[in-house]
Amino acid sequence: MALITRLLLCLLLWLPALGQAAVEVREFDDPVTEQRYRDLTATLRCPKCENQAIGDSDSPIAGDMRERVYLQLQDGRSDKEILDFMVNRFGDYVLYNPRLEGRTLLLWGLPAGLVLLGAVVVVFMVRVRRRTSARDLSAEERARLDALIKRERTE
Amino acid sequence: MQTLMIPEIGHYALIIALLMALVQGVMPLAGAATRRPLWMAYARPMATGQFLFLAIAYACLTASYLLDDFSVANVANNSNSMLPWYYKASAVWGNHEGSVLLWSLILAAWSFAVSRFSRELPRDMLARVMGVMGLVSVGFLAFVLITSNPFERLLPNVPQDGADLNPLLQDFGLIVHPPMLYMGYVGFSVVFAFAIAALLGGRLDAAWTRWARPWTNIAWAFLTVGIALGSWWAYYELGWGGWWFWDPVENASLLPWLAGTALIHSLAVTEKRGSFKSWTVLLAIMTFSLSLMGTFLVRSGVLTSVHAFANDPSRGLFILVLLGITVGLSLLLFALRAPRVSHQVGFSWLSRDALLLINNILLVIMTVTVLLGTVYPLLLDALNLGKISVGPPYFNALFVPLTVVLCLFMGLGPLARWKHTPARDLFRRSWLAGLAALVIGAVAPLLYRGEWNLKVSLGVAVALWIVLPMARDLWAKSRHSAGRLAGLRRLSLAYWGMILGHLGIAVTIIGVTVVSNYAIERNVRMGVGDSVAVAGYTFTMTELANRRGPNYLADAAEIEVRRGDSRRSFTMTPEKRLYIARGMPMTQVALRPGLFRDLYVAMGEDLEDGSWAMRIQYKPFVRWLWLGALLMAAGGVLAVADRRYRRTVTARDPERAMAPPREATT
Amino acid sequence: MKRRLLLLLPLVGFLVLGAFLYMGLSINPFDRDSALMAREFPAFELTTLEDPERVVDASLLEGEVTLVNVWGEWCPTCKQEMPQLLDLAERGVRLVGVDYKDTREKGREFLAEFGNPFEVNIFDPEGSLGFDLGVYGAPETFLVDREGIIRYHHTGYIRPEDVRETILPEVERWR
Repeated sequence: MALITRLLLCLLLWLPALGQAAVEVREFDDPVTEQRYRDLTATLRCPKCENQAIGDSDSPIAGDMRERVYLQLQDGRSDKEILDFMVNRFGDYVLYNPRLEGRTLLLWGLPAGLVLLGAVVVVFMVRVRRRTSARDLSAEERARLDALIKRERTE
Repeated sequence: MQTLMIPEIGHYALIIALLMALVQGVMPLAGAATRRPLWMAYARPMATGQFLFLAIAYACLTASYLLDDFSVANVANNSNSMLPWYYKASAVWGNHEGSVLLWSLILAAWSFAVSRFSRELPRDMLARVMGVMGLVSVGFLAFVLITSNPFERLLPNVPQDGADLNPLLQDFGLIVHPPMLYMGYVGFSVVFAFAIAALLGGRLDAAWTRWARPWTNIAWAFLTVGIALGSWWAYYELGWGGWWFWDPVENASLLPWLAGTALIHSLAVTEKRGSFKSWTVLLAIMTFSLSLMGTFLVRSGVLTSVHAFANDPSRGLFILVLLGITVGLSLLLFALRAPRVSHQVGFSWLSRDALLLINNILLVIMTVTVLLGTVYPLLLDALNLGKISVGPPYFNALFVPLTVVLCLFMGLGPLARWKHTPARDLFRRSWLAGLAALVIGAVAPLLYRGEWNLKVSLGVAVALWIVLPMARDLWAKSRHSAGRLAGLRRLSLAYWGMILGHLGIAVTIIGVTVVSNYAIERNVRMGVGDSVAVAGYTFTMTELANRRGPNYLADAAEIEVRRGDSRRSFTMTPEKRLYIARGMPMTQVALRPGLFRDLYVAMGEDLEDGSWAMRIQYKPFVRWLWLGALLMAAGGVLAVADRRYRRTVTARDPERAMAPPREATT
Repeated sequence: MKRRLLLLLPLVGFLVLGAFLYMGLSINPFDRDSALMAREFPAFELTTLEDPERVVDASLLEGEVTLVNVWGEWCPTCKQEMPQLLDLAERGVRLVGVDYKDTREKGREFLAEFGNPFEVNIFDPEGSLGFDLGVYGAPETFLVDREGIIRYHHTGYIRPEDVRETILPEVERWR
């Protein structure tokens, strides 16, 4: 029982402080850098919270990470350098935009493959169906169809 | 004390409901298989009884909440005597046990409704439909009773007071969002049951689709509203102004919505044209399966996220087994019983059939993409390939272009006829609208912001491409000798439903486009007397005060807002609350909503020199997101009100309804 | 026959997905390997908690297998795992602490109250070393081998059984 309580406590400590806007007042030299800061903090995942970008999270580590992003932007580092810096410390887990590599091939490739497959299916199906509809009706069929249409109209 | 018995009554009612569901699940199906009318006749009374007893069980739990019976573990963990009564009543579904009970109650309600409003269904069809719904109900009621009993007691050590409802949930959103969402999720069980019944009975003609269409539309409308409410809730409650996070829990609701959207279109094709039969059955199974999977993903904690408030692997295993049985058996049945030779109905490239085929394929690709992105981290983890995250950048990169392509075809959909539309006609009906969409789209950002923006142009053009051809079509169709109004009135409600639904998509697209590109956010330090200008509004802090709510303490800021040089001003009051029972801080956002813009002020940290960090946001057109969703839902409901669904199918056209299964014999 | 097989596809797809979901049930999402695994302990230059004048760097960890524990006075779980750390020290494991985002005074109070299993404590008030280690919440524990390479990482609370079942065997493995 004591162990369960302890584990529970442990789990509780891991929970993020939700519903808490992370608000910091920062000065930027130009609007482009400010936008880059916003994009970077939206695409980096807070390693401690369950599922939040560091820009949205109030947890201390997210604050530290935002601070680093800000400082490195002021240092003139590129987006890639900043992302690499974070991945070196916290792993690929912090990237909301997974890199294209062996293990993510399916992730990026499958939708593209499905679009191609979908296009093939559409072309194939319509061609088959078109043949069905294009076949001319015989005189007898035509007459039956006319009768049917007439009945439908008068109903 | 009489009240002490209430949880036991509820528990007892729950057990009776399970037994009734069991009878409802077994007898009618057996009766339909052996052609025994008496057995089939169990369906209706059992559905009624099950609904009744679940309602009693549910009322008992609600009563325990309202009476602050903290001897009930569920109440003690999720309520508090200081909680206002309406949050006590909705706290029932603000936790795992209660929300599964609500899920079951809603399932029973749908089942009851089907038994009431489908009197004209052939007896064996109805028996099978009710049987399938009964079996689903058995699964969920067993889940409640075995793993998630909400009536469990904390005896003899009854706590003095409850742990309180998570402050995040103490909001109007909790009152409306989950019930709506569940109505949608669970509502898809009806079309699922119809599809399974059709497979079981070997009656895979178009008849079942006609019966199932109204139920599907209504469920879809509920789900649409449910998702919109969730998005709106997150927008104002979480305090950072986002409205969609591609969180696994959000995706879990989007998946059945996407599949359901494909389904309502493919149902139309099957009903009207008799084609896509197997496909429609498969989509019906898929849609409900995705609803179940959404429940699994949320309830098991497999994909932990902001929302998952009930994570428990043992429960997860139970739902997974349930999911496996339901979906596995259905898909097996599908593989065995779906027609081997499809009934060939011809159509050309330029036909509504072809456009709806493309619609279905795109929607399914979108569904698979969202599903893939949602479970991919899990896939890699299970294969020991490391932990990665898939988030908004991935989903946006794929979802947005797919949506654009979908909309390109969507613009033509309402103009095209079934089977074939001469190219000349189609061109005549759409060229002007297309041109206008392009031109207006191109200049819209210039007029709005004085600067060109490709994304905005694209979004506006796409939205107009949906709306303008429809408007032209409406104009052409409403021509009538007795005047326009008479012409408009003559159009069928189903047609109006389609118009509204598509209009809703266009409105949502405008909202997404504008708010994503033109939202402004400023984080500023503000003390009393400070002011800051954002997007033409001046925000001035006039007062900082301490407040006391029913169960929280708060720091509140009074912000006076003035537009331009206008003399009139209004006040916004963001708060930073501390909820007493849990000691949890919360940001209470101040919102000034408007059709064309929202103003959004959130309090950050106390900077300890009398000033606070404040986040001020200007969100243009953000309301259009949810307005569009409401229009879509209205469209779905309106289509159901169409005359032809009110007429009884069997009475009018008994031969068609009772037709022998054509495919099964070929 | 071909069409029948085609109709089986959805079932197959679902079964595959179901298998993954089943595997997913036993995965702990918080149990993530450190990104620094099999890499050198990050460079740092910080004073010790005990002596504000003494500056230490990564060479502190070379020459002997060391368990580096990141803790702070503000962290309740750290208090709970102190008995396990004391136990490890008693069994001859070399422990070095990182007092993370703390004040000297509080850090010292903590050690006075809960015992000090650490040979020395690196004082990291800004959390800069913690950040370079990819620490996102205390306690976290790293095993560093003789060459200063990180070999094992434990996130969160160390239970008594973890000491026996994983940490001691890992220490033996890299000795």
